[in-house]
Amino acid sequence: MKPRILIILVACVALLAPLVLPSFQITLLNYIGLYALVVLGLVLLTGVGGMTSFGQAAFVGLSAYTTTYLTTTAALPDWLSWTNGSPWFGLVFGLLLTAAIALILGALTLRLSGHYLPLGTIAWGISLYYFFGTMTSMGGHTGVSDIPPLTFFGLILDQGEEMFYVIWVILAAAMFITHNLLSSREGRAIRALKGGQLMAEAMGVNTFRSKMIAFVISALFAALSGWLYAHTQRFINPSPFGLHMGIDYLFMALIGGVSSVWGALLGAGTLTIMKQWLEDLLPLILGSDGQYESIVFGLLIVLLMQRSPSGLWPFLVKLTPSSWRSNNHLTIDDNAKTLDRRDLPARESLLLEAKDVTRRFGGLIANNKMNLSLHAGEILALIGPNGAGKSTMFNQLSAVDTPTEGEIIFRGKSLKGKNARQVAEMGMSRTFQHVKMLPTMSVLENVALGAHMRGQKGVISASLHLEREEEQRLLKEAKLQIERVGLGEYVFEEAGNLALGQQRLLEIARALCSDPCALLLDEPAAGLRFLEKQALAELLVKLRGEGLAILLVEHDMDFVMNLANRIVVMEFGELIAEGLPHEIQTNPAVLEAYLGGVE
Amino acid sequence: MNVQVAALLGQDGLTNGAIYALLSLSILLVFTVTRILLIPLGEFVTFGALTMAAIQTGKPLALEWLLATLMLIDIALDVYSRRDRTVSRKQYQMIALKAAYLAVVLFVTQTFTLSELPMLAQSILTLCLIVPMGPIMYRLFFQPLADAAPLVLLIVSIAVHVAMVGIGLLLFGPEGGHTKPFSNSMLQISNIFIKSQALWVIFSALFLILALFFAFERTLYGKALRAAAVNQVGARLLGISPVFAGKATFALAAFIGCASGILIAPITTLYYDSGFVISLKGFVGAIIGGLASYPIAAFGAVVVGLIEAFSMFWASSYKEIIVFTLIIPFLIWRSMKASHVEDE
Repeated sequence: MKPRILIILVACVALLAPLVLPSFQITLLNYIGLYALVVLGLVLLTGVGGMTSFGQAAFVGLSAYTTTYLTTTAALPDWLSWTNGSPWFGLVFGLLLTAAIALILGALTLRLSGHYLPLGTIAWGISLYYFFGTMTSMGGHTGVSDIPPLTFFGLILDQGEEMFYVIWVILAAAMFITHNLLSSREGRAIRALKGGQLMAEAMGVNTFRSKMIAFVISALFAALSGWLYAHTQRFINPSPFGLHMGIDYLFMALIGGVSSVWGALLGAGTLTIMKQWLEDLLPLILGSDGQYESIVFGLLIVLLMQRSPSGLWPFLVKLTPSSWRSNNHLTIDDNAKTLDRRDLPARESLLLEAKDVTRRFGGLIANNKMNLSLHAGEILALIGPNGAGKSTMFNQLSAVDTPTEGEIIFRGKSLKGKNARQVAEMGMSRTFQHVKMLPTMSVLENVALGAHMRGQKGVISASLHLEREEEQRLLKEAKLQIERVGLGEYVFEEAGNLALGQQRLLEIARALCSDPCALLLDEPAAGLRFLEKQALAELLVKLRGEGLAILLVEHDMDFVMNLANRIVVMEFGELIAEGLPHEIQTNPAVLEAYLGGVE
Repeated sequence: MNVQVAALLGQDGLTNGAIYALLSLSILLVFTVTRILLIPLGEFVTFGALTMAAIQTGKPLALEWLLATLMLIDIALDVYSRRDRTVSRKQYQMIALKAAYLAVVLFVTQTFTLSELPMLAQSILTLCLIVPMGPIMYRLFFQPLADAAPLVLLIVSIAVHVAMVGIGLLLFGPEGGHTKPFSNSMLQISNIFIKSQALWVIFSALFLILALFFAFERTLYGKALRAAAVNQVGARLLGISPVFAGKATFALAAFIGCASGILIAPITTLYYDSGFVISLKGFVGAIIGGLASYPIAAFGAVVVGLIEAFSMFWASSYKEIIVFTLIIPFLIWRSMKASHVEDE
């Protein structure tokens, strides 16, 4: 628990700082705090969620201008006059307006891949900046002065030293909230956005919603910072809300380490102090006739990105003793109540059915009038040579792909128009042929992602950690499933450290965590050693005994023949045989497909 | 608004639009081949315009020394990276070629009175000074990051832009630059006047676009770049070096940027920091083209130019706001089309 002592130490130093430091340093620290608040939002959005925004400065400005408007306008319109120029209503309105705009912008850009969000936010940042400049009531480009200070129960906070405490307390609270959120069910969903969206959807995560959550929270942090800025500086004009500041925020995030809550603080501090130094020192060295600092600054960023693209924080962490960096920050309460399970359909009832499914890719017919059915309490194997169309079939069965003709029926409902998430909610869970997991997260958290649908608690309870009971139930379930597939000793291991076969088992544990009634496994035995295969076979038999329906796509014949109740064989996109294992083994069509016919 | 005003605004719009179209084409080109959003493209435009302006006003140039420094670093890196291995004859030739190029450029800038040269020679000299910076920029800043995440590339791109704006201030000073027009004549069709400089810009832009099209459709190197854009790994397996592809596209982008700067310098006064907004307008065009389609991007960029010109007339202080909110409908449209979850 050394890091905790460190945090307390830092907090004590911060508490004493205004008493000993000259006011110039306090102003600098205030700026660092204000910036760090914005950058914290970027850590959540960019570092954790993988979305890039240059528009944070515009959110800061939006809220700063909102509170300025409410607190300095002499005659507010009637419907606002009751706010009486109070900064606290400025805060409320600033947050509401920011949230509303973030929701609209998010709806426009978050569905789009990669580069649209950064470019969209650049455009929005520039537009808003020019807009601030055109508002004559807000002083245009010269800005507004005489913004009233904050008052807190009669206490007037008009000194930098006083605002220091406000800023840093709010920053600490924001860091606490972010930290809590990240180690929760909603946080796992956000963490899965970077590199695991397809998988997250298949586990029932609404990835669009998760993106929106991250985007809105980051905008709200920026809005908080803007409100504080307006009442600390007590003067605003458009220039600190321009695109160059939006870029600087992103620089700060990357300098500090974009994937860590502490990176926000480190980045904001480093960049602010570095700029200060460059502005003070470079003219002494190089003369004052050019803006050398922007050249040096730009080149330093390039150098940092080339040497350490993940920023300074991971670099610092490496310097600490390894006992400080244990992976095991999660605790599992074994006495937590187990999660409720869904009622499984009656044994031998029809669960999943493909009716005359045809899938064309242009001129290529990948599946041609395929029929198959899967019942509760059976293991059905789908086999066939390479290129037979098994994966296409598997994707359609799991609603990742839609048939060109024909339909898939799951539990009596057609899957037409349904997406992977809806199918997951209906009780189907799957694994992937190419393992999809989050390599830097622990095995426990990866598997707990599978239980996403089984929790209800939202963002607010997660950020205050009011959902710990539910969280414990989810983690306990995850741990149970990990032990069940035989990975018990790796619960806290980073998932990326597992061998390929173990990663496949992790996927099965994750699928089981969603409490499915149908389990679709894509080559689960590939990469497993003999004993592991035996253990997997035992597990699957046991699951079948519990009444699950299991569909296997597999290449390992021994594995399939000893395990499956029925086998479906495909070749060239068509079904060539269906039956019991021993029938398939002697079926002439199958033998020809696998071994080649007599010429 | 009467016909004359409309014609004038239309002209302005088309001229700017033609420049934006050139820029969005090079943005697209660089993006598809290297996955880099080339934010510093605008700096090639301002460097081009301001160098021309400096040459014409007889101000001493400093750009050649920047080029010299960069080229020497480039050569030093070439030598350094080959230190352990034998330096082949081809590499020696390459280094000699670079040194010779540098010597010639320095000789020209130091011996002639540049402001007395014909305008064509001035333009060519400007291009010779700036275009080599494209591949060098790729070599120094982006080549070591070939496999980096898109975010890192974007940040480096912006950092390079920041540094180049600083260099621009250092080289050209805070004053704006303006050059003599290629020709002063006015064309009159009934009662509508057309500035011949506008025609120069539009036709040069069209010529460049056609030349690009021809180069990409008909030449082996053009096809190689297209291949690298479609599938980098595949292209690499076929012997198209990603370093070559990167340097070539950056050279093209620098050329187009610098040429655009030379073309618009007689029309608009450019400052050392004007490049960003100009290249962003090229980006708006590229976004309209979905970061994929060249003709739609060019068309979108022309529309941006026209809308900018007309909003200048109706609501001049809202000009930039109108231009940049223009992408929202396109984002909505793209957003509706993107239904499935994308995995990176």
